[in-house]
This record gives sequence, C-alpha cells and structure tokens, in this order.
Amino acid sequence: MKIDVAYVAELARLELTDEEKAVFQPQLENIVRYVEKISSVDVSGVEPMMHGRPLVNAFREDVVRASLPAEVALANAPKRVGDEFLLPKIVEGAES
Amino acid sequence: MKLYELGIAEAQEGLAKGDFSSAELTQAIIDRYHAENEKIGAYLTFDEEGALAAARAADERRRSFDHSTIRPVDHFFGVPIAIKDLINVKGQPCTCASKILAGYVSPYDATVIRNLKANGFIPAGRVNMDEFAMGSSTENSGLGVTRNPYDLARVPGGSSGGSAAAVGGNLCIAALGTDTGGSIRQPASFCNCVGVKPSYGRVSRYGVTAFASSLDQVGPMTKSVTDAAILLKALAGHDEMDGTTPPEPVPDYVAALDGATLKGVRIGLPKEYFAVTGLDPEVKRLTDAAIRACEAAGAELVEVSLPHTEYAMAVYYIIAPAEASANLARFDGVRYGHRSAAAKDVYSLYTKSRAEGFGPEVKRRIIMGTYVLSSGYYDAYYGKAQKVRTLIKRDFDAAFAQVDALLTPCAPTPAFPFGAHQDPLTMYLNDLYTIPSALAGVCAASVPAGFTNERLPVGVQFICGGFEEAKLLRISKAFEETQK
Repeated sequence: MKIDVAYVAELARLELTDEEKAVFQPQLENIVRYVEKISSVDVSGVEPMMHGRPLVNAFREDVVRASLPAEVALANAPKRVGDEFLLPKIVEGAES
Repeated sequence: MKLYELGIAEAQEGLAKGDFSSAELTQAIIDRYHAENEKIGAYLTFDEEGALAAARAADERRRSFDHSTIRPVDHFFGVPIAIKDLINVKGQPCTCASKILAGYVSPYDATVIRNLKANGFIPAGRVNMDEFAMGSSTENSGLGVTRNPYDLARVPGGSSGGSAAAVGGNLCIAALGTDTGGSIRQPASFCNCVGVKPSYGRVSRYGVTAFASSLDQVGPMTKSVTDAAILLKALAGHDEMDGTTPPEPVPDYVAALDGATLKGVRIGLPKEYFAVTGLDPEVKRLTDAAIRACEAAGAELVEVSLPHTEYAMAVYYIIAPAEASANLARFDGVRYGHRSAAAKDVYSLYTKSRAEGFGPEVKRRIIMGTYVLSSGYYDAYYGKAQKVRTLIKRDFDAAFAQVDALLTPCAPTPAFPFGAHQDPLTMYLNDLYTIPSALAGVCAASVPAGFTNERLPVGVQFICGGFEEAKLLRISKAFEETQK
C-alpha cells in the first residue's frame, strides 16, 4: 500500500515539511496495513453503525433565542475589522 | 487527613458539618497546586481568584440554608473540580493542549460545566491532556509534561493524563475527563483513580471540543466509586444542545449504591481479552486476583465470547481519525486560534496556520482520516469499518443477554516510562481493552485493583450495557469494598 502523503495533506489543507513527509510515510503505511485486516470480515447484509447509539431525529421548538453577542463571538479573532473577521483577499483584483 | 486528600463525599460532609469552609478547602487545593504542580505538571492553568470567589459565594449560600432538612448528598456547595482542557468554561482558557488554541478564552460554558455549577461544583483549574485527546500517555501535549504521581519517571496515561495525575496526586478533589477509545479508563488505571466512561449519549457533548463525535463522552475521574456516582449524577441527562442525548431520566446513581453487593451478580470473562499476547504478568496477576475477589464476594463467573474483538482496533483507527479529520477542519486560522504570520492568501492561511499549530500525532491522524475518507477509499475503509462496528456491538448485546457485567484488564501494562512507545501503532495498542466497549457505546469503569511489585497502580475494567450506569456503579462499588 502506497499512500500519496503530499496529496492527502493537500486535501486536508495541511502544509508538511519534507522531513514530516519522510517520517509520516512509513508510519501511515504501517497503520493502513494494520487496519486493512477488516477487509477479511464478512459483512454481507450488515447495516453500518453510524453512532454510539441508534439515533432518531431530535427536534426542538423553533423559537428565536439569544445567540452570542458579536463582540463575544469576535473576541478570539486573530484579526478583525469592526464586526467582521479580516482575511487576506480572496478574489484577484478585489479590494482587500 | 489533609483537606486536599479528601474526595467529594468527604468534602461535602465536612462542609455540611462546618468542619471547614469551601474557601478553606479551595485554598488547600491552591496551596497544593503551588507545592506540587511544578513536579507533576497536572494543571496547565489554575483560576485561583475565580475559584476562591466561587468558594466564598458557596460559603455564603450554605450559611443561608437549613441543614436540618438537607442531606449532605443533596448539595455540593463549593467543591473545586479539575477540568480537562477541552471542556469550555466561560472566561477560562480552553486550548486542548494545542498550540493552535494558545490564548483562546471560552465565550460560554459547556453543558457539563453548567450542570456542575448548578450542583455547587467549582471548575477551578485546567488539566493537561494529549493534544486534542489523541494519545495514551499525555506525551502528545503541545503545552507541557505531566508525570505519574506514583513514579515521576513514568507517564500518567492519556489522553486524560492531567485529570488522572491531579486525582492520583491529590492535586484536586475530583476531575472531569473525556473518553473516546479509553482516555478516561487507561489513565485512571495508571494513577489509581476511579474512572467512568458513560454510555454514548448519557452525558452532553455541547461545549466539549469534538475529537470523534460518534465516540466522545465526558466522565468522572475520582478517588472513590461513590464520588464517581455523585459527579455522574450531576453530569448526566438530556440536553437539547446535543441531539445524541435521549430524554431518558437519570437514575439516582448515589442512592443506587446502597447495599451494593456482588452476591448473585453474573460476571462475564471475555475469553478473547485473556488470550491476548503482551498482557503484562503483573497486570495479569492483579486481574486474576480481582476475579477471585469477585467470586469470593458471591459473584458467579461466566466465560463469554466477543468474537470480533480482534478487529476493534482496526475499526477504531479508521473511524476515529476519519471523524477527527472532519472535526479539526474548523481550526483554520480564520475565526479563532493561531493564524500564520507567513500567510499570503487564504489557501496558505489554512495550510500554514494548521502546519504551525498542530503537533505530529494530530497531523498524522488528520492525514489518516482524510485518506480513509478520500475518493475511491471510503467504502473499503470507513464504510466497511462502520459495518464491522455493528458486529462488535452485536457481540456485546449477546454477552449482556447472559451476564450483568464484563470484567477485563483495563490496560495491557502498568504506567510505562516516558518515550517507551516511539512507534504510533504500538502506542495505539495500549487501548485494546477499552476500544471495543467505546465502539459499542456501552458504559465502562476502571476501578483500582492493587499495585504491582514495582508499586505501580493497576485498575480493572467493568463493562455494562448501554445506560446501565447504575448497575455498573453498584458492581464497581461492591468490588471496591473487596479491595479494602
């Protein structure tokens, strides 16, 4: 089993150093080899278990209630301007 | 007995009788923190002023109550509790022992914290853990080293290692931990505590930073089974903020302990758990002694089989990283947490902030989880693992049709030295006794069962069916009596 660690890290939006890639590669392949033992289990006709307990829809009354005030929600922001989170510009040529 | 040595029940009794005040009790814990924490490293931070203010308010409240009508177990005015650093307490840091959350201050209380406060407990200090609860030794903490109070050269276990070290080292009255694949029970075993992993859905996860959402549960880590019952009674119940908590009533776990006995209790010994190679001989000796103690106390021993046990580790190391990779996507440097100074655009803001903020084990699990969920692999890994998980659950259902509880080792070894498990996979194998019951969603407890010839504590594990915490605690209490 060969894992393209650089590609998967890109999917996960995680920048890895070459050194990290070299360390993770054999470790991850070792873990994947281990978990592949489930491939031999016969699961024909078996339903998947999605959760620790069979779930039904959980409803509550649809009523308006207070949420966190903007000031509180923004208190941990790395960068902000007014009541907004500030990010590097996303669209080429747009005002940042 | 020193005040910091007390458990919850003893502290409450002393408070009710007026032997000491909550402020004195809290100050004793703070003094102990100053004397011992540098050595043990259980706490990351301690809100001294906040805890003392809450304690003084509790003393005031207690003075205004008529104690002739209130039993000590009804109210727990002003007992400080150590909180694992992934549970939000308003106004306190919540870093999950990760650099990516350095400086984060919680804007709200988790439901379990609201419940604790409503029952007179004081969330006083933040205890260390493996980063984002990924690990079995607390060595993966990005913020500090926690040592085993019974041997400072050894780990406290993990991921709730700070909670276990604080309880075992008498740096707190009791603690909250979380358990995804064994993170309450294994450190409890390593540090001579009682640790209870409630059934999935019994305790709200609202305000608890998610690792693997189909597995995570908050639970008590305490100095006695009675304390675990007191704390679980406060924690458990339906929460409309967590749709996985059913509206089933919470039994009075404390009252359930009255007359606890092992007489006539059918205890199952899963043969697959005892056939494992690598079980430490001292752990085996103490587990065998625990089995004999149960038998001597009137329990009936029954051999049972959980045939899919050998696949549980593999299922877990697909499902838990998969769910973690999705849950940890929220740490992107946008709304809170670390933001890379080197980011040039939004893409590099994500990739660099995450690269700088997460430690190696978290990165490994994010990649593992992303891999098993990625196009072309989903059915073979995640989809298949969910089906094998059903088979594991059915094994437990079949076992609990025959017996009241299962008795097993809790961890294959006692606490190990720092650096003993360099390879991630061998570290993962630490959880082989605790993972199957986590996957099945049932409840389980680690209860102290004595010491090895090197004076290291070892716990045994009792497992009961889903929402059978009252039975689990009763059996644990009766076993605890046999150890006195």
